[in-house]
Amino acid sequence: MDHKTITEVQEEIIGEFEIYDDWMDKYNYIIELSRDLPVIDPKQKINGNLINGCQSKVWLNAEYDGGQVIFTADSDAIITKGIVSMLIRVFSNRKPEEILNADLYFIDRIGLRQNLSPTRSNGLLAMIKQMKLYALAYQTKYKQKPVQ
Amino acid sequence: MSFDINKIREDFPILQEKVYGKPLVYFDNGATTQKPLSVIECINSFHRHNNSSIHRGVHYLSEQATEEYEKARQIIQGFIHAKHSHEIIFTSGATGSINGVAFSFGERFIREGDEIIITEMEHHANIVPWQMLCERKKAKLKVIPFSDDGLLQLDKIEKMIGEKTRLVAVIHASNTLATINPVKNVISLAHQYDIPVLVDGAQTVPHIPIDVQDMDCDFFVFSGHKMYGPTGIGVLYGKEKWLSEIPPFQGGGDMVDVVTFEKTTYNQLPYKFEAGTANFVGAIGMGRAVEYILSTGQQAIAGHEHSLLYYAIKQLDDLGYVTLYGRAPQKTSLVTFNLQNIHPYDAGMVLDKMGLAVRTGTHCAQPVMRHYGIEGNIRASFALYNTTKEIDCLIEGIKKVKSMFG
Repeated sequence: MDHKTITEVQEEIIGEFEIYDDWMDKYNYIIELSRDLPVIDPKQKINGNLINGCQSKVWLNAEYDGGQVIFTADSDAIITKGIVSMLIRVFSNRKPEEILNADLYFIDRIGLRQNLSPTRSNGLLAMIKQMKLYALAYQTKYKQKPVQ
Repeated sequence: MSFDINKIREDFPILQEKVYGKPLVYFDNGATTQKPLSVIECINSFHRHNNSSIHRGVHYLSEQATEEYEKARQIIQGFIHAKHSHEIIFTSGATGSINGVAFSFGERFIREGDEIIITEMEHHANIVPWQMLCERKKAKLKVIPFSDDGLLQLDKIEKMIGEKTRLVAVIHASNTLATINPVKNVISLAHQYDIPVLVDGAQTVPHIPIDVQDMDCDFFVFSGHKMYGPTGIGVLYGKEKWLSEIPPFQGGGDMVDVVTFEKTTYNQLPYKFEAGTANFVGAIGMGRAVEYILSTGQQAIAGHEHSLLYYAIKQLDDLGYVTLYGRAPQKTSLVTFNLQNIHPYDAGMVLDKMGLAVRTGTHCAQPVMRHYGIEGNIRASFALYNTTKEIDCLIEGIKKVKSMFG
């Protein structure tokens, strides 16, 4: 995964969804993906890491290791968790620059755009924003220093 | 009056729509109801033939528009059995009405240390304006709790009400528990202390006959769009006595008598509270919606919705994995529930794709969710055009959700 670009991973996900033309199959696949999400350290499921949406909660933790941002996350709703797992697949283990410059289009292309609308208030939009903010923070923090 | 459900459904063109290729099952009536052709056509026709600003011009169109607007006021007066038509104030909706009273009543009557009583089952619209008032005036908000069954704990009101109480605001029917509250008891108790009561009727007006004089409430608020009328229009009913005593909540055109830079005197009721160009098209559309309800028959509507409600409760209970919230004996036609170990958001997402429009979340009543220790739930709210067959679709949808997430 590490050698693939963000665009390549997005195309890969779009390809995986192409075989489903029925919404229930799509959701079943998202439920499957929710199980792939690496289990977040329970110690990180704290209010400080909570991205509060009106309807479902998302916990997001970020760490910086070897010049890359590593994200772990969880959600109390399974569909949200499935989408979160795709976002982690796209954004985790990347250099801050990659995350900041990424154009995130796969959610739209697999037909889940409505899950990102501000009125859905499920925390996903806020999560993407938060991932970029972490990237920006790490970029700023480590700009002048050699990678540890 | 005969209640022909097929004929009624034909009156609501949107019910023929398909979503994701599936027939729409619209169960989000607690949020907003669909509009009958008579309302849609009335608004269309008004814009085509009669549109003109009210209370202004002497010209033909303006007089016609004014007449229609005032007729709508009288229709609504009759609908809720108000004593005078000038006790009917048009506002932007129930929320606008409550905010108006909270401001004006607050300016006139609320001082530091005073108390306002609400209930634990209020919609945010009947919580936040009072909190804002309390912050402005250093007054205190007191809350009547409800039992796990969804019933107001009336004995607690008796202890809470007293010398410091200035107003009681209570929801007529809960938008999450469906409980129809015994507002008459609350009102007669408050009136023993000469304390006025505001009743939020947003969830009862579309479903049961309302008589504000019999209820003896001092203020009664509701929205047009939840009763088959247009959005952006609602009503504040107030007893003449109170409306005369409290100041206007907005200043502007139409609400004035004489304006000089030194002092302005206000217009008489109801215009004192209707600053600016009123939403006259909305008011006229709302009047038409009232006529639709009356011609369909309020008893017939209540009877039909009662059958839908108890059919839904039975079907949901029979599933064995559904938790229903609120078991009051007197209910309006909505159910809120959760499916065992399934997040309401997940359920809502799947039901949506099956053409089922339900609402998930906190329904603007977070304290109710907190009472049960839940993040949210699923609400199906029924209107006069819904059918038991549609409830069967919901049950099928729930079974599907259960098979996917359970």
